[in-house]
Amino acid sequence: MTYFLQQVLNALQLGSIYALIALGYTMVYGILTMINFAHGDLFMVGAFFCFIAATFLKLPFVPTLLLSMAGVALLGVTIERVAYKPLRQAPRVSAIITALGVGLFLENFTLVFSPYPQHVPTLIENKTWIIGGVAISSLQVIIILLALVLMILLDLIVRRTMVGMAMRAISWDKSIVPLMGVPVNLIISITFAIGTSLGAAAGTMYSLAFPVIDPYMGILVGWKAFISAVVGGIGNIRGAMIGGFILGAVEILVAAFLPSTYRDFVAFALLLVLLIFRPYGILGKPRPQKV
Amino acid sequence: MRKAVLFLLIFVMTAALVGCGGGGGAATIKVGGIGELTGDIPAVGASFKNAAEMAVKEVNDAGGLEVGGKKYPIELFIEDNAGKADQSASAAQKLITQQNVVAIIGPNASRYAIPASEVAESSKVVLISPWSTNPKTTIDAKTNAPKRYVFRACFIDPFQGRVVAKFALDNLKATKAAVLYDVASEYNKGIAEFFKQTFEENGGTVVAFETYTTGDKDFSAQLTKIKEANPDVVFLPNYYSEVPLQIQQGKRLGITVPFLGSDSWGSNELISLCGADCEGYYFSTHYAPDAATPVAQKFIKDYTDKYGKVPDDVAALTYDAFGLLWMALKNAGQVDREAVRNALAQIPKYEGVTGTMQFKEGSGDPIKSAVILQIKDGKFVWFANANP
Repeated sequence: MTYFLQQVLNALQLGSIYALIALGYTMVYGILTMINFAHGDLFMVGAFFCFIAATFLKLPFVPTLLLSMAGVALLGVTIERVAYKPLRQAPRVSAIITALGVGLFLENFTLVFSPYPQHVPTLIENKTWIIGGVAISSLQVIIILLALVLMILLDLIVRRTMVGMAMRAISWDKSIVPLMGVPVNLIISITFAIGTSLGAAAGTMYSLAFPVIDPYMGILVGWKAFISAVVGGIGNIRGAMIGGFILGAVEILVAAFLPSTYRDFVAFALLLVLLIFRPYGILGKPRPQKV
Repeated sequence: MRKAVLFLLIFVMTAALVGCGGGGGAATIKVGGIGELTGDIPAVGASFKNAAEMAVKEVNDAGGLEVGGKKYPIELFIEDNAGKADQSASAAQKLITQQNVVAIIGPNASRYAIPASEVAESSKVVLISPWSTNPKTTIDAKTNAPKRYVFRACFIDPFQGRVVAKFALDNLKATKAAVLYDVASEYNKGIAEFFKQTFEENGGTVVAFETYTTGDKDFSAQLTKIKEANPDVVFLPNYYSEVPLQIQQGKRLGITVPFLGSDSWGSNELISLCGADCEGYYFSTHYAPDAATPVAQKFIKDYTDKYGKVPDDVAALTYDAFGLLWMALKNAGQVDREAVRNALAQIPKYEGVTGTMQFKEGSGDPIKSAVILQIKDGKFVWFANANP
């Protein structure tokens, strides 16, 4: 039983990271029906901002987190303005290819500065409590709680504020909303800022939990978060959160109870089966094409 | 007119051919090098290049290498394989056909050394890999016969797996071991399996044999399983960039038994990435900078003076690979690919930086010993020798 509880805790930690990154994919898709494949690499840049802030500026945890989130948000908005906005009327495929290009650019740009893996210093004094045989580290608690707080905050912004209402309106019908006087470009920028800063928060927490970072770290995690977003129903914010926790749980529990070599194979087979029965994801709804 | 052009063309081509005509009549000895200068393990390529240039410069400063009563200066051609298997093969091809080298040193990682060795073998040119420990580098995968022209300067993985298993059993008095390794990388997988085999043959039990794939950073599920199996020791035959994460996460989950590693730990990067978390643990490797023989001490001093850092195992093995080649050339008494190969295959005793080596006809793997190092106060410290 303690073994099971320990693995559940591991799954919650991994799941909350996936969920935070998945939110970035889902928000951009919801508003632009475009998949921002550079998001995994923005997550990596977030980890590097954390590394720079912690190593060279010697900042404590909270300023480091905020700096990383702000820096990546700025980067995300700039990328949207420079690379995606001119393609808003172009075919979707062009925008997606551009996003892949932006991702490669970010990886190689970081590679120029740091071809070697870097070590992120400890920002939070790590304590491990053993409660009923289950080892709980303070880092685990912080990651899970912070992820939950950020997700609740996002949910409140989207459901309770004017900006959130505008976001939902744009995702509902992009052509009518500007006629109602909604500043579409501003709302899109805000969406990018929020989505990418959540990715940066995930990057910061990830680099504290797994303190060796390299320019390619965003690829695998990015793909897995993207899968989480699709499983939860892409475009749906609560779906992305659920998807992240599901993927984390499946990965950890498969490795926990089957030989670990089968982990990815079984995990992704399960997700495929899930998509066969719910092709739009868990919370996604089929969108009828409007003519 | 046409005939004249044809004649001229033939003349130019013959001249060109003679110009780069194999070691035979040339005034220099041409040696090729293939290193991982860019790509995923640039630290390996940098050490390789440094040591190679140093080895060649020493010979040239002494007036050249004396072969058959004549002194030849050495000409070194270094190619980058960019951390890619196909570029390793094409680099070998280029060195053999265009530069007409007498022998090739490198590549270092097994996944690049294996394809390059295929080219060298079929072109009948000696290739010595300094750092490739996978058995397949010197063994033909199809016929299972040893390759005739491929050699290495290091020991092989089955030996290393045995050394670590014996060390765990005898020195650490462990009876239950757990292993966590990268199933997608041949080096890690090979050592893990040889470790398991030896450990179980000698009365131990492997209570957990867990895997992950390259790029994973979260090992919590596997480590929780390992903790549950309650081993006496945990073996991590993985690269230096991943080991710190595995040890830190293991400790956070409450694993208190010692961790063990293999020669992939032996980069100074390990200590900067791991900090105090790796303190006190052991790994097997090629040589110990602090317990060095006079030969090694001189190399370490020269290298440190020249490049400002202590040479790692790649640098030491590269230097030895060149040393083996110089000895083979001297023993052969002529600059000829086949003669060098025959001399190399029978080197009775070579005192290298990484220990004493011996080659016997019929295998490209040297007979040499390994060392066990301990991480102490942020340094690699000699702990024990392990003989074959």
